Amino acid sequence: MAFNSTVETLPAMGRFSLRCKRENTVAMSKALGFELPSSISETAQSGDMTALKLGPDEWMLTCPMEARSEIEKSLAAIYPDAVHSLTDISSREVSIRISGPEAEELLSTSCPRNLAELKSGRGVRTIFDSVQVILTREEQNQFRLDVWRSFVPHVMGLLTVAVAEFECGL
Amino acid sequence: MLLIHCPYCKEKLPELEFEYAGQAHIARPENPAEQTDAEWRDYLFIRSNVRGDHAEQWRHSHGCGRYFNALRNTVSDKFIATYEIGQACPTSHAEGEENNEQLES
Ligand SMILES: [Zn+2]
Repeated sequence: MAFNSTVETLPAMGRFSLRCKRENTVAMSKALGFELPSSISETAQSGDMTALKLGPDEWMLTCPMEARSEIEKSLAAIYPDAVHSLTDISSREVSIRISGPEAEELLSTSCPRNLAELKSGRGVRTIFDSVQVILTREEQNQFRLDVWRSFVPHVMGLLTVAVAEFECGL
Repeated sequence: MLLIHCPYCKEKLPELEFEYAGQAHIARPENPAEQTDAEWRDYLFIRSNVRGDHAEQWRHSHGCGRYFNALRNTVSDKFIATYEIGQACPTSHAEGEENNEQLES
């Protein structure tokens, strides 16, 4: 059986960790220009900016590298009225994209979650062979793993071995 | 592997994402300076050692990051309930003699 999936690291992207209390999310959404998702694992998108809700008061924002100062500026402007914490974590992680018909099975070699329950357009923080990662299902057969930089060789190594095993039919 | 229901994520998720964090419902004394040494020792170190239903803290550390409380049977390892911090402990249903036997300190 032919194997048709790919594993690739993605170019640098802008990433922020945003923390704020529930009562401030309306002001945050207004400043960002789109509504922050309200339940954990949901994503929202506006142009090339996305927001993923990771915890009760925590979101991850992604954007192109050059759009970062714009976001920082617009949120800093409302800080006195809507207290929050916005941290640039762009270089902390490297993104890996796994796409193809075997993508879900490839990830299941090291992720204990029931990936069939992770719907398209949703994302979660979880664990990948003891490494904490953020896993987003971009499309039915396309996932993105955000992995802390120093763990990337380990995660890529595991995925490479898994790909090799799939290719020779193990 | 155990599946644990996170009250914040509202999902049953693999044990590997969670961390045990000690006995639940132990309030820090409001004014530590007024505590006697014995009271402070009790607050810091003295815990029950339940054989049966035990209220304990867990943290969804590789998920939403939140601490929550759980009622777990220490004999069967079965989670009876999980609930948000700040909520009262749900009463456990006695299912047999194994329940709620406590080794008193
Ligand atoms: Zn959770």
